[in-house]
Amino acid sequence: MRGFRGFLLGLAMSVGAIAGARAQAVEIEYWQYVFDARIKAMNELIKRFEAANPNIKVKHTTFPYADYQTKIVAAAPAGQGPDVVQLFYGWVDNFIAGKVIRPLPRDAFPPEMIEKEFYPIVSAMKREGEYYALPTAVRSLALFYNKKIFQEAGLDPAKPPKTLDEFLDAAKKTTKRDGAGNMLQAGVTLDMPGQDYHWWREVLLRQMGGKPYSDDNKTVAYDSEAGAKSLAWYADLQRTHKVGLAGFMDEGQAAFRAGRAAMTIDGSFRLGAFGGIKNFEWGVAELPAGPDGTKSNFASYWVNAITTKPSGEKLEAAKKFMAFVTSPEAMQLWLETVGELPARKTAAETEKNLNHPVYGPFLKALNYSQATVFVDELPQRQVILDMANRVLLQNQEPKAALAEAAKAEQAILDRFYKK
Amino acid sequence: MTTYTDVARSGGRLWQGLSLQQKQVVWAWAFLAVPILFYGLIRFYPTVEAFVISTTKWNLMTPPVFVGLANFERLLADPVFWKVFGNTFLYLVIGTPVSLILAFVIAYHLDRVRFMHGFIRALYFLPFLTTAAAMAWVWRWFYQPVPIGLFNNLLAGLGIAQQPFLRSTTQALPAVLAPAIWAGLGFQVVIFLAGLRAIPTTYYEAARIDGLPELAILRKITLPLLKPTIIFLVVFSSIGFLRIFDQVYNMTSQTSSDPGGPLNATKPLVLMIYQTAFSSFDMGYAAAQTVVLFLVLLCISLLQLRLLRDR
Repeated sequence: MRGFRGFLLGLAMSVGAIAGARAQAVEIEYWQYVFDARIKAMNELIKRFEAANPNIKVKHTTFPYADYQTKIVAAAPAGQGPDVVQLFYGWVDNFIAGKVIRPLPRDAFPPEMIEKEFYPIVSAMKREGEYYALPTAVRSLALFYNKKIFQEAGLDPAKPPKTLDEFLDAAKKTTKRDGAGNMLQAGVTLDMPGQDYHWWREVLLRQMGGKPYSDDNKTVAYDSEAGAKSLAWYADLQRTHKVGLAGFMDEGQAAFRAGRAAMTIDGSFRLGAFGGIKNFEWGVAELPAGPDGTKSNFASYWVNAITTKPSGEKLEAAKKFMAFVTSPEAMQLWLETVGELPARKTAAETEKNLNHPVYGPFLKALNYSQATVFVDELPQRQVILDMANRVLLQNQEPKAALAEAAKAEQAILDRFYKK
Repeated sequence: MTTYTDVARSGGRLWQGLSLQQKQVVWAWAFLAVPILFYGLIRFYPTVEAFVISTTKWNLMTPPVFVGLANFERLLADPVFWKVFGNTFLYLVIGTPVSLILAFVIAYHLDRVRFMHGFIRALYFLPFLTTAAAMAWVWRWFYQPVPIGLFNNLLAGLGIAQQPFLRSTTQALPAVLAPAIWAGLGFQVVIFLAGLRAIPTTYYEAARIDGLPELAILRKITLPLLKPTIIFLVVFSSIGFLRIFDQVYNMTSQTSSDPGGPLNATKPLVLMIYQTAFSSFDMGYAAAQTVVLFLVLLCISLLQLRLLRDR
């Protein structure tokens, strides 16, 4: 009897709660880092979302990039953080392990839908069958080239290099040195701390027949014949062909912007910065194909995820908001405001976008891109930088450098997967 | 039944029972309690906490797990740690003597200059006022290869081969140290000048009348009487070089580069702690490194104070 009465009371109360909630808006909090275009785009998206869902309020909080990860990590255990959060895809493992984010609810984000509609690189967000995060926009790499330098060197500015051989040939023709052999103009920028480290790991290595990690991502696999071949090919740009110099003009992008480098490999996020170039015209091309025609690319992205904080109606609101920011509408707005590529195939590959001289090459690359699964991006990156430095600065043999790097990175992977 | 007034009266009786001197002591402690509490809370408590964290495995997100001395074992077996430890000592053993000798030579000669003395002193002091980050970036560009690097352009103009500077595993550390020494020089010169001025001129007059050569005056009078100044500067600059960070971080990194590189050639202990704590969120391991740095700083300071102590 008492049980039944309790049940009735509970029912009455929860109905009351729901009715009360109807009357007043649910507030959820969204976090991202400070970057003007991203803040502008998100403010517009929130405005549209709130117009469509008048009973949900979204509080938009931003932090400087340098503190961003620390803020999330520090706020989460105190139950203070955001309900929906933007994070770099390479942080996902740490955030899952730290119970900061939860798997995306299957009712709102069925895995079949994600796999059908999004680019295959989002599979890096899948852990044991569950997706934990989804991007609004993605970035890929492309070859930027200076049309003025191409013309001066007798190359056709309408025909950027398509293969690695053509690429090397163009680099040789566009390099300039003074009488003492000091570089005045680089054929290609060599910037391992920039994007070259992705170019080597996900592109050159695969084009020479290798792969960076085992299929379960738990074992380093680049300590191979293909690894040595690709690393030697990269290092020879400086060692043998002398068409580039690591550290020339401090940074690859600075050299290209100053018109002192004919070619550079960089990401779609650089479009904004290069848009300000006034002294010369530049073009974008897909990354050069490998000796057997293999194409590859590296894609990275920022994702949105639902944290472990919200429950009940806040969770429902978070799901709705998360679905909205990953909708085709949001993606188009993001492309137009931020310049990043839509993460859904249908939203991205419109006739207009594919034929766009700048977006086109980046978009085409998304179909054959790889997203590296990181466990701790910074130290893993350091391993590759050190490897390249040992070869370029200390003349270590690529084979030995690879073996040393593989050992160091394996230790990082082991420490992560052990726990 | 004890009432409020009873307690107040007994308290008052207690206070009246104290002698004047005891009362002064109580008052002194009452005032001292504020800074002591403050320091205890923001200085000593975190220090003790760092020792506790150094025995745990903690990534900020999950509760810390006690692991005993595992972090210290990992530290001893970590080749990067030993490399970084060596770098930290190089900063110390090159930086301290070089900066002190330079500062003394400048101060010694500047002391005799009357013409525009204040202006020259101000010029030396100026770099000390500049933000370390801004200065490091300017020097970073000085070190670039031709066509933009000042030093390499000079070398190339003289027909000497370019030097890699920051892109070399052997030249990078001195290249980073140079602006650090340059920036601290002004402060040391001013302190030395004050020390030199504090030596009574009568000693010098007496020595000159006795016909002592300049070098002997320097050795027998100036240096011994400057000892307190030298002790202060040695301890002060040693600690500064042991915790060098700004110059290294700004000269070897940017949003997408290699802090402490190339190949950890310039990485000091403080930078390693920073990366372990705030990039890898490995708080226990970072705290263990901090404990080691604390012990090193403590040992070196005590050792220097002992060696340079007045007998």
